[in-house]
Amino acid sequence: NPYAGLVNHLRTAWLSGKTRPMEYRVAQLEAVGRFLDEKKEDILEATALDMGKPSFEAYFTEILLCKNELNNTLNNLSHWMKDENVDKNLVTQLDSAFIRKDPYGVVLIIAPWNYPIHLFLVPLIGAIAAGNCVVVKPSETAKSTERLVAEMLSCYLDNVRSSPCPCPWPWPRAVVFPTLPCTHQHHTIPGFRCCCTSFRHAQPVSTCPPARDAVGTCDVHSVARRVAWGLFFNAGQTCIAPDYVLCSLEMQEKLMPALREAITEFFGSNPQESPDFGRIVGDKQFRRIRALLCSGRVAIGGQTDEKERYIAPTVLADVLPSDPAMQEEIFGPILPIVVVANMDEAIDFINARPQPLVIYAFSCDSKVVNQVLERTSSGGFCGNDTLMHVTLTSLPFGGIGNSGLGKYHSKFTFDTFTHHRGCLHRNMGLEALNTLRYPPYSQQKLGLLTATCEIKRKGMCTLL
Amino acid sequence: MQQIVGRARAAFNSGRCRSLEFRMQQLKAVERMVREKEKDILAAIKADLHKSGVNAYSHEILTVLRELALAMDKLPSWAAPQPVEKNLLTMRDEAYICREPLGVVLIIGAWNYPFVLVMQPLIGAIAAGNAVVVKPSEMSENVAQLVADLLPQYIDRELYPVVTGGVPETTELLKQRFDHILYTGNSAVGKIVMAAAAKHLTPVTLELGGKSPCYIDKDCDLAVACRRITWGKYMNCGQTCIAPDYVLCDPSIQSKVVENIKATLQEFYGEDVKSSPDYERIINRRHFKRILGLLEGQKIAYGGETDEASCFIAPTVLTDVSPESKVMEEEIFGPVLPILTVRSVDEAIEFINHREKPLALYVFSNNKKLIKRVISETSSGGVTGNDVIMHFFLSTLPFGGVGNSGVGAYHGKHTFETFSHRRSCLIKDLKMEGANKLRYPPGSQKKVDWAKFFLLKRFNKGQIGLVILALLGIVAAVLIKNHQSLLKRKALLIVLAVQRLGWLSVW
Repeated sequence: NPYAGLVNHLRTAWLSGKTRPMEYRVAQLEAVGRFLDEKKEDILEATALDMGKPSFEAYFTEILLCKNELNNTLNNLSHWMKDENVDKNLVTQLDSAFIRKDPYGVVLIIAPWNYPIHLFLVPLIGAIAAGNCVVVKPSETAKSTERLVAEMLSCYLDNVRSSPCPCPWPWPRAVVFPTLPCTHQHHTIPGFRCCCTSFRHAQPVSTCPPARDAVGTCDVHSVARRVAWGLFFNAGQTCIAPDYVLCSLEMQEKLMPALREAITEFFGSNPQESPDFGRIVGDKQFRRIRALLCSGRVAIGGQTDEKERYIAPTVLADVLPSDPAMQEEIFGPILPIVVVANMDEAIDFINARPQPLVIYAFSCDSKVVNQVLERTSSGGFCGNDTLMHVTLTSLPFGGIGNSGLGKYHSKFTFDTFTHHRGCLHRNMGLEALNTLRYPPYSQQKLGLLTATCEIKRKGMCTLL
Repeated sequence: MQQIVGRARAAFNSGRCRSLEFRMQQLKAVERMVREKEKDILAAIKADLHKSGVNAYSHEILTVLRELALAMDKLPSWAAPQPVEKNLLTMRDEAYICREPLGVVLIIGAWNYPFVLVMQPLIGAIAAGNAVVVKPSEMSENVAQLVADLLPQYIDRELYPVVTGGVPETTELLKQRFDHILYTGNSAVGKIVMAAAAKHLTPVTLELGGKSPCYIDKDCDLAVACRRITWGKYMNCGQTCIAPDYVLCDPSIQSKVVENIKATLQEFYGEDVKSSPDYERIINRRHFKRILGLLEGQKIAYGGETDEASCFIAPTVLTDVSPESKVMEEEIFGPVLPILTVRSVDEAIEFINHREKPLALYVFSNNKKLIKRVISETSSGGVTGNDVIMHFFLSTLPFGGVGNSGVGAYHGKHTFETFSHRRSCLIKDLKMEGANKLRYPPGSQKKVDWAKFFLLKRFNKGQIGLVILALLGIVAAVLIKNHQSLLKRKALLIVLAVQRLGWLSVW
């Protein structure tokens, strides 16, 4: 196994304890900040090369949101690291009871290609903040970014702790990573493979394979603009992009011109010439998405250009649930609209499918939005907008069921990479009180023990 | 199995277990069951583990009643949506975390505390609004059968089915899809459960085991320490996942430790341990033989008597044990306590760190700094300082393992959280669309700068406060200047009114 040496090296570094003190963690995190500041241009260039990512988008997601996480973590690190005191019962009143935030040890982060810096850097920040040693595996599909990370990141971080190691799929067999929590974000099947590997060694895993969703009703122009923005961001290659729209027939009629207007407003009359519209990352993905165009009827867009891996912002109308576009996550700039009769049918449609990563509901009537929220299940939820819930670092980000395991962002990343260790520090004195629990047992002892240990329901008369 | 799980899922999808009233009703029914059938439960535990009624009550029933009381009291606050801090961009929106049930969850119990290890997770799972398939351990047959008979009589039988059986039934059950699996048992089977869960991307909580070390410092009250260790080690005949597995101490105090343990054992169980009603038996022949095998070639300082017919093993202490011996390879899970000597606390810490992370760690010392040091330089599921086992009874502490000793944690609110999905919700307004222009293409540097302003969180609340105060000051000054005459008139009226009411004279 070519990586056994690397992991052993990290494990030795872990056992030496150097990653645990707060000063060390802060120093490493500040180095990450310097990496983002100094290599900004290189990052924007690499992402543009990999998938034609507009620099506005790249700056927003790869630099801005990462710095947000970084600053939030640095601001709060000392508070998060503190022992958390817990409520005590009668028996433990004189003791010290707290939850200690222990790092796990050596952790692995596997990142995907669609937001190649953000999706490994945000977990990395949390993992370093939690005091772990981290193996980083950037995606081989985003070649320029992978090279950038491998060459430049190690100049900033302690080499011993972060060793990016680019390597192609398929995963080498017998990947032995004992005692590792790992985060992996990718399509479901590699998600399984990763899970199976790590599960063989019984570790907690945090995955968020992508999923699909969108619901729409009401004030058409705002809706169209927000949906179009969320959908065509990064040319649709976002795990929380609205995947399909459910609406009534009249709404579809109203939505179509509004979407056309929004697309023209954003990208001009020929999106292929707009510097603000991205490209598909690779030929394989391009061909897969192009094959989905035969679903329903192409109402807007539909043009493709294989040389540039360009697919126009496309809206498909009258799509049937059995069409190819509805069988898998699209992950491209295509929006199928499925017509449903009413909200109940929409909710049943969503519930009949595996739980998605996020659900969007648009309506001027907050009751409708709340109904959708209550009657469905998803990783996250955003009412009357798309994508915005991930910019709020106080909300946990993750999936449920088929869309993922675990959550992160800000404090939740720190918690994911931390073992919450329950600690009870007792008094050596007052041994006499303990005789209640020692054998030989008696009914009398039990009565007294019950009185000191029991939690009574509130409302029962405490005088008795 | 498919039918049982299918029915549970249909029952969950019907939505009836989502309302708080329904969950409370079910929890109250569980409480009635425990109180009304107390005698039957104690009898079943006695039949399986030879445990006295008093012992069984305090180990198992008390904990279950406590968890029920806690869950019923706190359920409304646990289940309420939790508002979160917002940033400037989301100031006008509603942002909160919703706790929702996961769906159909599976609880696989263990045989050593057969009742509580199935009921405690069940309480949290019901409180969180899930449907639950309960699979008690087949090794504790009487309790398994009792649970299978009693639960359907008190709580919804479609939502909370009980499945009994051994390895073949459990294997079939694991092929079905669940939304969470909580397993209590050993690491080997834990890996099998996790692999089966991986096929459906099912999250797991594994309460496994390991060798929980117990370090006794030279500077400590040995009599008290040994009494507490003896209590924790030999309760349930050593068959406790958080029992102190082995002791590390300085060679100079080894003999004193043995003396103290001997004295305590006589205090607890009398001269003839076998006839004490408070001492349990090994669960079955297979484990009896396994533990007997660990004693081979060891120096028995105390105890060592066995009786295969009744699966009795006397409380035993081994001294001068070598780290490479068989008894130090696997979790003992029996009434055998090896003592290993170490020259210093550094050696003890190194010894502990070179092995798999244990479920619990115990340190005895008068020196608080030393205890803190051991906690900081090692890792374990949980810790009790100057005592053993007690951290299990404080439900505000999360109870679970790390590394080989387990995944996830539960007890009290943590059980509720384990069986809930924390769903992030952001509800915006369709108005104020103008503000959104910042993020729509076509992109521009000006837009990026505004985005930075709104999103980067380096806002010092104090600074904003000062700015607002300054602004208010300016506004106030302008207002006063413009409306001087009006204000003067009003001020005069107020002074007159106050004088009329006689307050000025009071001043």
